[in-house]
Amino acid sequence: MKSAEEIFEILKIEFSDSILELDKDTPTESIISVDPLQIHQISKFLRENPGLQFDSLMCLSGVDDANGNKIKNADGDDVFENGTMSVYYNLHSIPLKHKITLKVTTPRTNPKIESVESIWKCANWHEREAFDLLGIYFLNHPDLRRILMPYDWDEFTTEVSRYPLRKDYKNPEFYQGMKVPY
Amino acid sequence: MTIKTEQMVLNMGPQHPSTHGVLRLELEIEGELVKKVTPHLGYLHRCFEKHAEAMQYNQVVPYTDRLDYLAAIGNNFGYALAVEKLLGIEVPERVEYIRVIMAELQRIASHLVAIGSNGADIGALTPFLYLFRDREYILNIIEETCGARMLYNYIWIGGLSHDIHPDFIRKTKEFCNYFKPTIVELDNLLSYNKIFIERTANIGVLPVDTAINFGASGPTLRGSGIKFDLRKDDPYSIYDRFNFEIPTGKGLMGTIGDCWDRYYVRIREMEQSLKIIEQAIDNIPNGDVQSAIPKRIKPPKGTVYKRIENPRGELGYFIISDGTVNPFRVKVRAPSFVNLEVLGELCKGYLVADVIAILGSIDIVLGEVDR
Repeated sequence: MKSAEEIFEILKIEFSDSILELDKDTPTESIISVDPLQIHQISKFLRENPGLQFDSLMCLSGVDDANGNKIKNADGDDVFENGTMSVYYNLHSIPLKHKITLKVTTPRTNPKIESVESIWKCANWHEREAFDLLGIYFLNHPDLRRILMPYDWDEFTTEVSRYPLRKDYKNPEFYQGMKVPY
Repeated sequence: MTIKTEQMVLNMGPQHPSTHGVLRLELEIEGELVKKVTPHLGYLHRCFEKHAEAMQYNQVVPYTDRLDYLAAIGNNFGYALAVEKLLGIEVPERVEYIRVIMAELQRIASHLVAIGSNGADIGALTPFLYLFRDREYILNIIEETCGARMLYNYIWIGGLSHDIHPDFIRKTKEFCNYFKPTIVELDNLLSYNKIFIERTANIGVLPVDTAINFGASGPTLRGSGIKFDLRKDDPYSIYDRFNFEIPTGKGLMGTIGDCWDRYYVRIREMEQSLKIIEQAIDNIPNGDVQSAIPKRIKPPKGTVYKRIENPRGELGYFIISDGTVNPFRVKVRAPSFVNLEVLGELCKGYLVADVIAILGSIDIVLGEVDR
């Protein structure tokens, strides 16, 4: 059983040339921030290292950080400019009983993160959900489609109404000829 | 003579009695053999997570009821624990005891539906009716205390909505005495029934490493033979005070991790739940169940991931607080959502009729799959 600090030290030695940060300020859980294009490599290490053995991905959550400048777009809707999106990975090791939270942050425009589907299969649907609701693209994901929203949602929506969990989301006027705001 | 074969696509659902809700499975079949299963979800999507961002923390509780509507107490419980961890508050002993008893009663009620509908799906309709009779008993006990039969809104952040009914302890004890022989009856009626065993043993075998990799939890994981229960392995509330065992699949009727094992784990779990209730029911301390409820819920900035063992598996709430009265982000790690993903692996190479037995043994609730 290792604490977040110990795991962070191990990662720092193993991935000395990458950007890793430990956020201990949050009162509840320490979070390790990693680079979105290295998450696959780091996850693989976390799972396969005999001293860590993170064999289960408890949860993967996409979050819109709602930072950046609020501006008006061409249609007069409030949107965020230059903000970021984050994905949190809650990992757990069944044999060693320790937990850790990883976080990756990616720019709001064109958000791209490496998929961890090949490491933990359960990431498949979680990543599809983050793509569906927040529009985060997962590189090397085998089947990145919408999962909860209708498959044809894109055809009826504009830029601001494509991804519902974004903080600047606005309901589309119509979906398949049905009026959406009630 | 060669017979020409070709793959065929068969749609099962969204309106199908054995998908337990609105789930569409796209089956690619060759004759009767299933080659590939593609689940299509979202028919019941009601934007819980988006709604939660617009609500205050305490207003989210009734919405959580509607996730896993067969185990609503568990949903309330997990959410309350997560927000309490953010707030850093302790709840009175009396509240802890009542929460545990309620959650275990709910676990039995939920497993009764799971077992009953698993049987009913593959043709055993009689046990289904017996089990719903017993479930009614539990629902009546809970109804007397909190006024609702399915969507309770009972466990609040920092306390409970009502104190227990004066008859609660007597009736719960009565239920425990009534229910023990019923489990034996159920074993004779369904578990050791030759036809039921033929339909479920050696079907849908889930190896333990696949189960862990796919994130399966609850009876689906334990059916594969691993002792992993969050009540023991990551204890929350006061579960570390009780003495109970974790039943696992042993492959008594076939292979470890088959449908029968998953089914049988649920039955043995009900016995353990009774054991917990019996240990807790006599020790409920006196006190006020609403004394710790905060007047204004405004947690400090932070993130929390809290998970509990719901009847269907690991129910996790990932909550981000930005220091205001509304949650910034609430993500539900629903056990059914994750368990359903393994269905594609389980069904490969079995018959179309087995898909129904396998789906029943995973026991999904579409309310929490689609959220």
